[in-house]
Amino acid sequence: MKNDVDVSSHTNAVEFDDGVYWIGALDPSLRTFDIILTTANGTTYNSFLIRGSEGVAIVDTVKENFSDEFFARLESVADYSEIKVIILNHLEPDHTGALPELMRRAPQAKLYISQRATSMLKALLKPAGGQFEYTTVKTDDSVSLGDRTLRFLHTPFLHWPDTQCTYLEELGVLFSGDIFGCHYCDKRLYNDRVGDFRFSFDYYYAHIMRPFKKHVMDALKLIEPLTLKKIAPTHGPILRERPRRYVTHYRELSTSSLSGEVGVTDKSLIVFYMSSYGNTAKMAEEISEGASIVDGVRVSLYDLEGGETDPFVDLIEEADALLFGSPTINGDAVKPVWDLLSSLAVVNLKTKIGGAFGSYGWSGEAVRMIEDRMRGLKMKIPHEGIRVKLIPTDEELEQCRDFGRSIAESLVGKPQKKAVIDFADLA
Amino acid sequence: MAKASITFEDIEQTVSVPAGTRVIEVSEKVGAGIIYGCREGDCGTCMMEVTEGWNNLTEPSVLEEKVLKENMAGRHYRLACQAQILGDCKVKPA
Repeated sequence: MKNDVDVSSHTNAVEFDDGVYWIGALDPSLRTFDIILTTANGTTYNSFLIRGSEGVAIVDTVKENFSDEFFARLESVADYSEIKVIILNHLEPDHTGALPELMRRAPQAKLYISQRATSMLKALLKPAGGQFEYTTVKTDDSVSLGDRTLRFLHTPFLHWPDTQCTYLEELGVLFSGDIFGCHYCDKRLYNDRVGDFRFSFDYYYAHIMRPFKKHVMDALKLIEPLTLKKIAPTHGPILRERPRRYVTHYRELSTSSLSGEVGVTDKSLIVFYMSSYGNTAKMAEEISEGASIVDGVRVSLYDLEGGETDPFVDLIEEADALLFGSPTINGDAVKPVWDLLSSLAVVNLKTKIGGAFGSYGWSGEAVRMIEDRMRGLKMKIPHEGIRVKLIPTDEELEQCRDFGRSIAESLVGKPQKKAVIDFADLA
Repeated sequence: MAKASITFEDIEQTVSVPAGTRVIEVSEKVGAGIIYGCREGDCGTCMMEVTEGWNNLTEPSVLEEKVLKENMAGRHYRLACQAQILGDCKVKPA
């Protein structure tokens, strides 16, 4: 007898620690989550119930159409009148779908959310109408259930601005929200019982947490000192067997591989280009030459025709400045440039420096379109890009070298202009 | 028209503007490091620190105050998409 749990009856709660229950829902038929994520065997919406000497707390709920399952499991271990506290670690609809009905059934319960969750709460509950009372909490605030204390950890942007974790002090259980979660559905529930879910865990990190690596590191500073006996995320297996391995793995995933390869102090500038007749390529080479003159800047030059998008995304994550060169064909930049520029949702580009250039035949829209896209990605565009009609002249190639050098100087903190600009002179 | 000047400390650039100009209009044109999300005072992405001339920006609206509070803004933080320049000031990304 392997002593497996089996929650496929859809009505039973699972006590996974003393007075701590899983009351979530299984969604085995889901194959695409949030449009952007795939899952090979579905997901779970994990919700938890904690019984203390002075009442019951619910941590997170489930997606709305799984409410019946959630309420059936809840009713198997508690009465609605016992619920004193409802904690929302994350307000995304897959965890708050059952909230309005839960509030209706347990009107005496107090709602605890992070400060940043307040506007989301109102926006999410609009269709349900009504006003909800809530208390906002931050790191080290806590709520007592008598013999049980639930302490909050403010862990914003993992993966929404509102996200937080809740720590059950007496038992060392961390209710971590989407952190340490994955889209993996297995009725055996525990990490030491379910199938091999490692690929799901890493895939989830790569698509959900990766853009927020800095925030992951901040959260780990709060999480690592805790005594961790179990981690209970909102998706996928409950991590009860050596939970700290997953914390360590998050730190590894958030630390760049071969960091410092470009040099501890050097800035990395990458020039990507596509060229149909070699003119944009020539510009790319001259820009790289110009940038290479500047001390402290390491320049890389890549032809997009010769590479897959995914490895370039990794490079871009580590780079400090990105320049894109594209010819204009039928009034647009070429597809490989757009493919790369539309693959960057998983990396953080804020404050990176951007620039564009390209040769064109008659209209030359590509450069401005690329610049607009980069601005949309929250990059800084310190210098207007260079457009050259067909074959660049020696003078235009000189401009390209200057452009490369100026971008590189912006990277190492040598902005050239200091005079007061008049607003009317700005383009 | 009354003029005012705003200095973006991260790029060490000063711009002379007509009084009443919003910070967002200037910062994007000069390539300052303040970044924008919704551009309508809701998301808090464009939070900036006003290092000098705090009183030379328009008063924050009740809604801006609320967003600043939700984003745990420090003293003299403002939303660059909302604040209008009335007199000389210095700002930098928060």
